[in-house]
Parts: sequence; C-alpha cells; structure tokens
Amino acid sequence: MSDREQEGSAGVSRREFLKISGIAAASMPLIAGPAVLKVAGEDVAIHGPDKTPITLNVNGKNYSAQIEPRVTLLDALRQDFEITGPKRVCDRGACGACTVLMDSKAVYSCSVLAIEAQDKPIVTVEGLMQGEQLHPVQAAFVENDAQQCGFCTPGFVVATKAFLDKHPHPTPEQVHRGLGGNFCRCETYDGIRKVVSQLGKA
Amino acid sequence: MPEYTWPEAGKRTFIGKRISRVDGPLKSSGRAKYTYDIVRPGMLYGKVLRSPYAHARVVSIDTSAAEKMPGVKAVHVVQGPGKEVFWAGDDVVAVAAVDECTAEDAVRAIKVEYERLPHLVVDAQEPKSGTDSRGPLSKTDLLALIDTDASDNQVIQQIQNRGISFQATPELLGQWREQHIKEEILQALQKAEVKTSSETSDSSWYKVTGKQTQGDAEKGFQEAEIVSEGTYGQPVITHCCLETHGGIAEWTDDKNILAHFSTQNVPGLAEQLGRALGMPAANIHVHQDHVGGGFGSKLGLDRWGVAAAQLSKKAGGKPVKIMLERDSELKVAGCRPSAYARVKIGAKKDGTLVAWESYSWGSGGVGGGGSPPLPYVLNIPHQVKQHTAVVNNIGPARAWRAPNHPQACLITMSALDDLAAKLNINPLELYRKNIALAKPREKIYLEEFQVADELMGWSSRWHPRGDKTPGPVKRGLGLSLHTWGGRGHNSQCDLTIFPDGSVEIKIGTQDIGTGTRTAILMVAADTLGIPMEGIKLLIGDNSYPPDGASGGSSTIGGVSSSTFRAAVDARDQLFATVAPALNAQPADLEAVGGSVRVAKDTSRSLSWREACSKLGPHAVTVRGKNPGEGELTNSGVGGVQMADVSVDVETGVVKINKMVCVQDCGLVVNPKTAESQCLGALIMGVSYALYEEKVMDQATGIMLNPHMDSYRLAGLGDVGELVVHMMTGPGYDERGVIGLGEPPTVSPGAAISNAVANAIGVRVPMLPLTPDRVLEALENAAGGRA
Amino acid sequence: MRAFEYASPKQKQQVVELLGKHWGDAEVLAGGTDLLALMKDDIVRPKRLINIIDLKELHGTTFDAKAGLRIGALVTLTELSEDPLASKHCPMLAAAASDAASPQVRNMATIGGNMCQRPRCWYFRNGLGLLAKDSEGKSLVLQGDNRYHAILGNDGPAYFVGPSTVAPALIAYGARIRLFGPKGPRELPLEKFFVIPKAEGEREHDLQPNEIVTEIVVPPPAANVRAAHYEVRQKEAFDWPYVTASVVLQQEGDKVHSARVVMSHVAPIPWLSEEASQALVGKAVTEATADAAGAAAVKNAKSLGRNKQKIKMAHVAVKRAILRAAKGEQA
Repeated sequence: MSDREQEGSAGVSRREFLKISGIAAASMPLIAGPAVLKVAGEDVAIHGPDKTPITLNVNGKNYSAQIEPRVTLLDALRQDFEITGPKRVCDRGACGACTVLMDSKAVYSCSVLAIEAQDKPIVTVEGLMQGEQLHPVQAAFVENDAQQCGFCTPGFVVATKAFLDKHPHPTPEQVHRGLGGNFCRCETYDGIRKVVSQLGKA
Repeated sequence: MPEYTWPEAGKRTFIGKRISRVDGPLKSSGRAKYTYDIVRPGMLYGKVLRSPYAHARVVSIDTSAAEKMPGVKAVHVVQGPGKEVFWAGDDVVAVAAVDECTAEDAVRAIKVEYERLPHLVVDAQEPKSGTDSRGPLSKTDLLALIDTDASDNQVIQQIQNRGISFQATPELLGQWREQHIKEEILQALQKAEVKTSSETSDSSWYKVTGKQTQGDAEKGFQEAEIVSEGTYGQPVITHCCLETHGGIAEWTDDKNILAHFSTQNVPGLAEQLGRALGMPAANIHVHQDHVGGGFGSKLGLDRWGVAAAQLSKKAGGKPVKIMLERDSELKVAGCRPSAYARVKIGAKKDGTLVAWESYSWGSGGVGGGGSPPLPYVLNIPHQVKQHTAVVNNIGPARAWRAPNHPQACLITMSALDDLAAKLNINPLELYRKNIALAKPREKIYLEEFQVADELMGWSSRWHPRGDKTPGPVKRGLGLSLHTWGGRGHNSQCDLTIFPDGSVEIKIGTQDIGTGTRTAILMVAADTLGIPMEGIKLLIGDNSYPPDGASGGSSTIGGVSSSTFRAAVDARDQLFATVAPALNAQPADLEAVGGSVRVAKDTSRSLSWREACSKLGPHAVTVRGKNPGEGELTNSGVGGVQMADVSVDVETGVVKINKMVCVQDCGLVVNPKTAESQCLGALIMGVSYALYEEKVMDQATGIMLNPHMDSYRLAGLGDVGELVVHMMTGPGYDERGVIGLGEPPTVSPGAAISNAVANAIGVRVPMLPLTPDRVLEALENAAGGRA
Repeated sequence: MRAFEYASPKQKQQVVELLGKHWGDAEVLAGGTDLLALMKDDIVRPKRLINIIDLKELHGTTFDAKAGLRIGALVTLTELSEDPLASKHCPMLAAAASDAASPQVRNMATIGGNMCQRPRCWYFRNGLGLLAKDSEGKSLVLQGDNRYHAILGNDGPAYFVGPSTVAPALIAYGARIRLFGPKGPRELPLEKFFVIPKAEGEREHDLQPNEIVTEIVVPPPAANVRAAHYEVRQKEAFDWPYVTASVVLQQEGDKVHSARVVMSHVAPIPWLSEEASQALVGKAVTEATADAAGAAAVKNAKSLGRNKQKIKMAHVAVKRAILRAAKGEQA
C-alpha cells in the first residue's frame, strides 16, 4: 500500500505503450485519434492513452467529445455531457446508483468504459421521461414515496423499469433478487416494493 | 397578540394529510441537481493524497513532479512536514487539475515520506488496565485534537483532565488566537495544570471516567433475588452517505467565496469555512439544492472543504470541486462510535428492577467519543457504572442518527431481555411492570405496547426462549423501547404575499430527505388557505433567513414553527387590509379554500387574489421565528419496536420476517413522509443489526472494507414486512411538532438481537448478527452445557 | 485508474499478438465488471486493454449429443441463466449463474471473465498483495481478520478464497476449458485451470499473459444425473456467499453411482472434494448419508482463527446440496 501511495510513476509515454507487445508503430500520430497497427495481417485501431474521439448515443441523441480510454461511461455522461441523472456512488459496480440501459439491458455505467459503449443506445433516467410526463415507474416512485434523499433514486428507477420489462408480474422472490443490485441508504425499499407491486399488478 | 396554535384536527387542510413530497418528480426523473452533479464554468477537479498509515509523522513531501504535469493548476499541502496524522486516509496534499484523470495522476506523482508511529484501531476486547495513564497534552496533541471533529467541550475536558505539557504563554495564546482557536479553549489552557514530566504520553489508549453512582448499588444487589450478567456490544459503523462528502469552492473576487457543499448545515457552513480561512462569514455564499444523505456526518466542515477553497485561491479563483472517493468516504467521513459493556442487573423474583452495574467502553477515534446513557430509558434505582473511552486511530467520530442511543439501547435492552429469560417471564411483562422507571413517558410507552402487541400478535405468538419446533429454522420475537428529544431548532423565515396573490417563502434550511420542503409548504398553505402550488419556496441558501443545521431531529419542528408564525402574521396583515372591504373586523376573517371570508357569514367573501390586490402596490413581508419549546414545537418522544426473525441454526443466517415500529412525535405534519422516516429507520436498523461493521486491521491500521461490496448494506429483499404506526390524536397532537429522524433508528438493533435470542435460545452478544457470530454463540452455549 | 491504450480487434490471433508476454503489460476486457474495479483500485495496472467483445466465435452456446454443451467465453451470466440449452442440459449451472452477483453485473459479466476474476480477499483488494505479507514476510491474513478466508487448501502462503460461484457448478458437471494462445488452442479440465499460487506475482489461474479463454465445454450429461447447488449467503441482495456447494450425482437405482461435490469460497481454488464423493458412492441419499458426505467434505478443513464457523457452513452446504439434488430440486 505504501509503495502504491508513494510511487512516482505518473504517466507513461505513447512510445512505451505501443512497444509493449513488441509491435512498432509505423508512425506516431500527432493529433489525438487512433493509431493503426497491422496485426495478424489486418489493421487494428489502437486508441489512447491520450484523448480519442468518442461518440455516445444517449436518450436518442448523439454526443461527441475527446475522451481518454480510461474514462468510464458514467464519468463521460456526467462530466463530458452533463447528464447527471446516473450517480457516482460506489464506483465499483456494487450499488446500482449509476444504472443505465445499454442495448436495453440494465448495466452499471461505472463498470463500462465510455469507449466500449459506442454504437450502443444508452438510456438514462432522464431518457425515461415522455416529454414533460414522468414515466409510470417514475410517477409510482413519487406516489409511493420511494425516495428520501433521492440519490439512489435515478439508478433504482432505471433498474425497476428494466426489471418490470422482464418480469411484468413478478413474485416477491423475483423482486428481492431482481432488485438486489441497488442499494439505498435512507432505506426507501418499502416504497419501492409498493411501486413494483402497484405496477406489477397492472 | 395573535394566537399561535396549530389548527384543530377538523380544520386542517394539509397538516396531518398524506401529501407526496413536492420534489419527488425532480428526484425520480434525475433532474434534481446535487452538489456532486454541479459543473461550474471552468471548474477544476480536486483530489487528495491521503495518509496510508493510521498514525505517522509527515517527514517530507515532494510535489515537484505533480506541479510540472500539464493540466495541474494548483497544489496545496494540507499537512506538511512535522505534522502528525492520526488515522489512515487523513488529508496530506490536495491538487486541482483540469480533469479527474489528471488530478489522479498528479496525486500519484507526489512523494511523501512518513515516520510511522504506534497505532491502535481495534476495540472489541475489554480494556484491561483501567487507569487514566495518558499523560498531559503536548502542543501537537492539542492541535491534533482540535483538528479532529472533537467538540470544543471534549477538547476543554481533555485539557482539564490531562493537563498540558507546555507553558501557555501569552505569545503562544496570541498566535493560536490568530489561528482562530476558540477563546473558550484558550481560557482552559490558561487555567490548565502544567505537568512537565511526561514519560507516559502514549502508554495508554484508554481513558477511564470516574465511577458514576445512583442510590446504593451494593445494597441493591444484596436486595436482588436474581442477578443476570452479560456482555453486549456493537462495532464502529460508517454512515456511507450515497452522495459522498465534498463540495465546490470558488473565489468570485479576491474577497468573496461561492461554496456549493454537500451539507446538513447550509446556515452554519459559512461561519465554519470563514473561521478556517480567517475571513468573514459574510463573504461566503453557500448554496445547496439537494443533499444525498448525511445521517449526522455532514454537520461540520472538513479538511477537504477548506482545501478546495485554498486550491481555488491558488488557481486564480477557479471553481475547485472535491468530492470524496467512496473508500475515503468510508474510511474518514463517518465513524459511529462503538460501544461494548459488561452488565449486571439485579431484580426481584417478580421482575421488579433493583440494581444496575455496567463497565462500558467504546472508540470514537482520537477525540474519545461519547459514552452511552446507561441504563437506557428505565432509570433503575441503584446504579454504578463506568465508561472507558478508547482513544484510537480509526478516524474521527461523527454523529450518527441519535448519537449514543442505539448503543445504549442495545446494551440495556439486551441485558433486560436476558434477565426476563432468566426470570422466565415475557419481556413485555417485565417492561410493563417497571414502566414507572421510564418517567415521564410511562403512559406513552404503555399505549405503544398495546398497539405494538396487536400489530405483531406478540401476546399470542411469543414463546419462552428457544423455539422448540423441529427443523433447523427457528423463529423468535424481540422487543425494545427508546426515547429522543427532537426539539425544533432556531429557525427564521421570510414570507411574502404579493399583491397579485403569489406567495414566496425564503428559509435558509435544507431538505436532507426528510421532506422539509413539503412540510413547509403544507404548513403555509394550510394557514393561508391556498394550494401548495401557489407558494414558491426557496431553501438551501445562506442568504435566506437563518435556520438551523439538520441534526438531532430538529428541522421539522423548527421550520414548521417559523413558517406557521410567519404565515399567521402575514395572513393577519392581509386580514387587516381586507376587512373594511368585507365590512368586517380582521378577527372575524378566515382564509379557506382560496378565499378570504367572514367566518360566520361565508357569503361575504373575496377570492385570495382579489383580497391580495387590496394590498395596493406593496407586498407584505413578515419574518417568522421559532420561539423555542412551547405550543408549536416540543421535545421528548417514546417509541416501541418489535422484531420477528427466523434463524437457520445450521448456517447461522438470520432473516427478518417482520418489524413493527410504534412511534410518537407529537403532531405529525405529513404522515406520508413521517412513515417513510420510520420505515427508513427500521431498514437502517436491520442493516446495522445484521450486516454493518467497519472492519479494521490492527497490523496495517487500515479499514479492510472501504467499498460497498464489502461494507455490506441491507437490500430490498432483506428487510421483511415493515409496519409503522404513528401515535396521533388526543394526547399527542397537542404537544406540537417534535422531530422524528433519530428515534426510530434506536431500537432495531436491540429488538432484532432479542428476537434472535428468543429464536435460538442463546444470546449473540455482538452486532452485527452475522452467520459466523450466530454459530459461534450456539457452539459456545453447547460447549457450556456439555 | 491509470492511463492505458485500448484496442478492440476482431480476430483471436490479433488478440494474442496484442497481449504482452508478462502480467501487467496488458489485460483482456471481457465484460469488465471485475477488471475495471481492480484498475481503479490500482491493483491491476495494464498499459494496454484488449476488448475481446468483437470476437464473434466466442459468443453463443451450442449443444451436440457427443460433444456436449459448448459455452462461448463471451456468453454473459444473464444469457447463460436464460439459455434454453443450458437450462435443459445443465440446469444447476443456469441456476448458479442466475444467483451470482446482481442483474446489472450478470448483464455484463461473461463466463470467461467469471473464470478469470480475481479474489475478493480484502488484503488483496487493499493493495497488500495476493499473498498479503507484512514487511517481515508474515501473513497479514493469519495475523488479521480472516473471517472470509480459506478453510481448505490453506497451508499457505495463499489464504484467499476463489470468488467464482459458477466455476464449481461447471466443475461438478465435469466441464473442460479451452484456451487460445500463441501456440494455438489448448484444453484442460476446468479444475486444473485453477491453481494455488506459491509466490507473489503468480496468478491463481493456469492462464498465460498472452492467452485467452475461448470456450467452456460441458460433456453430455449421463442418464440419471441429478444436480443442485446451495449457497450459505446472508443477504438476498447482491452479496458474496460464505460458502457454496455444487453437487452432481449419478444415480443407479436408488444408490449413488458417482458424485462430484465442489465447494467455492472455501479454498483459493474451487474445491473438488474426493472425500465427499467417496462418502456417497454406493449409498442411497438420506439425511444421514448427506450429512456424512458434508462431514467428509470438511474433514481436512482447518480454521485460521476467525473463520472457524465456515467449516460448519461448508458441511451444511454440502449436505443440503446433496439432499436438494436427490429430491430433484434443481436450484
């Protein structure tokens, strides 16, 4: 631990990066953007470690920015595109506050790189709104007071939506495990269970 | 003089009704902006290099590589060479850079050399040497103590108890005065005993308080016919706010700061930050719209907050945002003190409680921590008790919902439950028999017992200790009771009625999830007879009239009282203006259903808008103040909880079947959000009863579980059926509004521990009740019988 | 997280060439649910990340009566838990996959990644090393809080436990793992893929730095096979189990003909218990024989101090998995 905290190697040059598997780059690109290497007879684009152009499709709109490969989908949404519904809470894929839909599946956006989320439609809690209308799941969260401080709420709303899409009439056991990937600290679970039973009956 | 009394039940339009929280749509759609979400123009990202050691002296710091990195805009040494750090994760150097990645790289490039010093981070064993052998405070000790979250009183106490090892010369005191050390502390130093020979400075981590007695414990135990003994406790846990601590500081010019902080204390933050920076609080503008949890841990300013302001200054005033990483949040931004106790209770055979003896200990970091109020709720006639503060290196203690109460409750109610088992009587009967010891709330508890009994089916379902049904899964019931103050804090608000009928309220409070916005609007709308949507509410800014910090369950009592008085006064001014037009006296008017009318002849009526138009060109603004305890707000509540659990005695896994919470909080403004508070408290209680523990490693001094996969919280499927009953109506409503955030979090640990004991026949002495602890207790009991 | 360069090639030959010869050069991204956390905690510091998600041949499942069930390394845990072929031929595997982690993790995590995920040991995750030794070379695990650590295979210096709850299910079914590296493909029984490291710097898998997992093959089930798994896990929500047991029994009449009993979270590797199998073979499954097999499974277990009760939990998990299997409860 101490050596980690005290170690001084902050960055590695591009040259070192491209050398590591013994493959020399044909030329060093001067502008950010992928270098192309010939590997096993075919071109492979190598991105980074510097910023590289990234385009995400979020809530039906395209967003582009220069972003390092190490930036997560969550951080790109929040910091580059100011889409702050998904929250950074555990940042280790353990709490659910950053849940978004990617290819219609609920995922932890803190555990996906922005660069690998390209070409996959992303829907955040903001994207569930139908114009100014709350999505039925969002409205049910309000009605059942399934939120207090509200910081887990955006992730919980998206996870609940994905869960109900898959299990329109869930059993309590399915609810317990199916919404087990999201944690709340004000502890609004009772309200969220009411949301699910209200919408699960319809 | 206007009458400031809450309307009777039949005359309430909103108060006491189930109203959805007004900021619910913002939150559930992701549009609510928390401090963490705010991106200011040109904002820099701050990161902090933290001490890897629990106790060390900083020897040298080399920031040169970091400073040279492109994108790094400021580096600020928080604790430089010579400084002693007292917990792993303490702030050493802060950097600000154009993005998070760069800031992180810069932190990694800083080299710090430390001299390691001895540390203590564990506390579960009862301290063996029971003397206060910690020597006098050195200058370093004192400054370290002041740097932590230790209250001024704690610092003064330590000065008085331990003495000091240096001369408090006028020069030194002057120097410290310039560093904004409080005058009370400086005075204590002047009076302090100077002990120069300090051969014992670090020889003990344990600070023992004197024995406290009441009655004659020795005689009490002689009179007792049954004596029950046990050891009980719970470890340090952490707040784990989902929005981590932090904020954004920016110098808007060379004299003024704009601060967005995640805080429970919008009104008090400017003074705290001003003191730390040596600048007037008046020059600090604090703003916060929403906060992602606090639970007591966001009442004070922290080092990283000061660092953000200092980095901003170095970076030419650019906004600097420092939000803690999750592991730092768990390591340093929340330690609820542990408490353990060896307890002996004496009683008559009929259950009459006679005597109490307890030796308790617990850690609260370098500040020492509080001592649990033992015995809890029931004032047993004869008592002797002693508490040892474990002064260790786990990070500073912070208030956590109902400070010291959950610990005291667990220790007391577990001991009483064990006594009941030994007497072979139903614990509910034991409490009923001794309820006179719960003065002045005995009547409340008796009523609550009855409601809880019915909701849980206690009387029909309770069985003596040890479920005798076959199979590995055993079921049991447990019970606990608790109390809390909850007086409304000082609160002021401005309410304006505009001639066009619109209404605005400004109040420098914050909504920490309580539903504060909703409660304010309900009270105002109820009083003015207009819809809640007709009122614009502004909170979360220290340019508004000052409210208090949201701590100690004081907010709803405070804001409802100030809002009510402002609304009454503004309404009365409106009545005075309007009365001639209705050919009536102001006192004859009422504001109901969007109209102002003569109460006894409702045909003489003006719409709210028409009435307001009579104000002419001038809006009416009045200041409302909560005058303190009285008609509108009060303190002192009682609550009873019951738990129904199943325990698999082969795997040790405990599952909650049902929790019942019966709670009093005087007049309930909004039953919907009040119930949510209680539901949340029950769940938080399940979480600390079954899962939560800040696991410390003595060899390395670090926290082993600083992430949310290993710092385990209850999930949606883990909490069982939850039943909340609010005591309302005659006997409760007329006491006025009392706070609710803390009390229902007190009992779950004790109720669940007692239910587990009832199910499996033996006490699991320590929380959390994890499978290994349950199996261990069963094994020890089996070994004892063999 | 430290900076790295990133590529997402389409051919496995390219992947192998882009990978480094030493651990630490490069890492394979195959879902990332564990890898990104390790990188954020600075435990793993690759200079290059190779995302293999575009290797089409590593997706999907197939079944062949002779070869059995082939599971591509990039099949997600969600896909596996809902896969009709897996549910039909290896229902216990599908059940184990559906119990793992949380829905969000299962939507991203792949079966190949699950085999290669790193231990949850809190000393390791705090940057104190896989073998977690202090400056004098003494184990921090033995000195410290080992409540979740190994009760079997714990002679040292490794005391962590393997994190996968799916691997034991696969091993119980007799699965084999296929790898691809510079010398082409190789295949080994899955239990041989997991190894107990002897020195810091070694990994807990028999995977070379420039190899990838390509697929897992479960042989066609024999007749009269019954399988079940059991987790001792405290929470319903996302949680790590204390122990799990996966059992595949082949019946002959009312007697057990052969049995494979595999535990997880008890040892640095998934623990295939010969002792438990031997205790069952030739006997009818009853409460008593299942209990005896549970006892056999932990006969050689030893406590490190704080983890003593895991021995009892493992015993009970094995017993309950056997009873579930015999009753035909697949979950």
